[in-house]
Amino acid sequence: MNHIAIKMLMGDRGKYLGIIMGLTFASLIMTQQPAIFLGLMSRSYSFITDVGLPDIWVMDEKVQFVDDIKPLQDTELYRVRGISGVEWAMPLYKGLLKARLTDGTFQTCIVVGLDDATLIGGPPVMLEGKLEDLRRSDGVIVDIDGASEKLGKPSPTPGGKPIPIQIGDSLELNDHRAIVVGIAKVTRTFQSQPVVYTTYSRAKNYAPKERKLLSFVLVKAKPGQDLAELTRRIRATTGLAAYTREEFKTLTYEYFMKNTGIPINFGISVLLGFIVGAAIAGQTFYNFTLENLRQFGVLKAMGTSNWTLLRMILLQAVLVGTIGYGLGVGLTALFGYSMRHSILAFKFPWQLLIFSGAGVSLICVFAALLSIIKVIRLEPAIVFKG
Amino acid sequence: MDSSALAVRCQNVVKTYDSGGQKVTALNGVNLDIAMGELMMLVGPSGCGKTTLISVIAGILDQDSGLCEVFGEDLRNMGGQSKLDFRAHNIGFVFQAFNLLPSLNAAENVSIPLIINGMKRTDAERKAVTVLEQVGLGARVTALPSELSGGQQQRVAIARALVHSPRLIVCDEPTSSLDHETGHNVMTLLKEVALQKDRSLVIVTHDARIFEFADRIAKMDDGHIVEVKDEN
Repeated sequence: MNHIAIKMLMGDRGKYLGIIMGLTFASLIMTQQPAIFLGLMSRSYSFITDVGLPDIWVMDEKVQFVDDIKPLQDTELYRVRGISGVEWAMPLYKGLLKARLTDGTFQTCIVVGLDDATLIGGPPVMLEGKLEDLRRSDGVIVDIDGASEKLGKPSPTPGGKPIPIQIGDSLELNDHRAIVVGIAKVTRTFQSQPVVYTTYSRAKNYAPKERKLLSFVLVKAKPGQDLAELTRRIRATTGLAAYTREEFKTLTYEYFMKNTGIPINFGISVLLGFIVGAAIAGQTFYNFTLENLRQFGVLKAMGTSNWTLLRMILLQAVLVGTIGYGLGVGLTALFGYSMRHSILAFKFPWQLLIFSGAGVSLICVFAALLSIIKVIRLEPAIVFKG
Repeated sequence: MDSSALAVRCQNVVKTYDSGGQKVTALNGVNLDIAMGELMMLVGPSGCGKTTLISVIAGILDQDSGLCEVFGEDLRNMGGQSKLDFRAHNIGFVFQAFNLLPSLNAAENVSIPLIINGMKRTDAERKAVTVLEQVGLGARVTALPSELSGGQQQRVAIARALVHSPRLIVCDEPTSSLDHETGHNVMTLLKEVALQKDRSLVIVTHDARIFEFADRIAKMDDGHIVEVKDEN
């Protein structure tokens, strides 16, 4: 009877495509919107991800997320270095500074100052130049997106794309000259501002004069050292906040979840997609069953059991669900792939496949359930009505 | 009549429906015997209970009271699965609106009763082709219902009713959607191919032009059999 069920389903091409389109749309919305949401949220902690080496981040205890800088005194670095279990501890400056571009306009940049000796905390991928070039006079490394877009030189044609800045070009950071010595690939940040790497001592020169300028102390634990224990020890000894990399990511992520409208906005989109998809697909599938009720009645009159009819409807639901889900997920993946070089945030982890799969399954089960109830209650004598 | 020679025995069959809170009596004490190898026609005005009676005889509707035995089996007291099996093996259906599955071709439509009875699809379709040849549609086995004329669709429906060799075929207005000549041809086919000494036919009809094919005609009115005429 499976063959008959499939033929019944695909016999009416219009209805069949309608159900598939509804489920594809639902599946697309349920994967694409959360993928953008996850992409955005992962950008909130992208800086922590990019700084790969340290195990623990030490900061002021009032810091709520990675961009919430509350500077420390440089002496805190030495206190942390003195704690047992610490392999090394390095300073990191992170701040927002205005860069004056060649055309006289200003652009706010994230300036990252790395330990002068070790350059720990540098960009994850160098596209041009070397990290060590930061030791050259006034040297800075600029991220490729910033170099191509916001820090780019104005196009000679109005409305044209900016000309990317290159190695050897200069910027002005807070009235200080900076020479581009490298181009790096970094994960885009939440605000998508250009990222400029330099040394810690030079960053302190660029930054407005303040008593405290140390943003974070990056800590590597000694081999075999329990990280939870070490963070507790750092907190107890210095009175500062200390988080493992994952804890700091979670702190940042949760801050954005609780304090921005992003989750609710995307949640509404996903919910609407689910409702609209469920309504279109569920209604079309139910209508399909209603229109085939006479055919189910014929099968019932001929001796087909309710259990067989139930299996036929479930097969039809599973088939349209699988095709719709596959198309929706495929379109989402295609969307993500085509946008991979754009500013759009997009993250498509496997858990999202399960989430949207569960959503589409729920729609199909619901639609199939309504249809099954109708068919089980169907009086086979319907076949004798002209 | 010897009860062992009976295909159908109805005694005092009563069936009422609930229609908008009111009880409507569709069958009001029907008594009717149909012999093996007999072509019985049920005639009467609309709403007299003909369709309800064949629904009870075919085992797709239970009477409220009275006895309806088909080949000696009391269908009302049969369990759900047993009744399904009984219908699947013993009853063939021909409907006024043909009721062919529009997305299946002629052979696939005809093979349905065999598949319901557990035969493999390929074997079922092979046998369906043989029966389609018997009803003169050997050249149209792959045609969809929409590609067939009304008469051809009804012949496919007859093939579907015959393919699993049931002992009783119930037909509901089999000629009313067809013109006179096609209807005549369909009845000739039914009488020649379907009717055998161990197979009976019950035909509900309004169409007086086909009365000549009946062995007996039972006239119904207001839920009763008011007259049974022997046509032989």
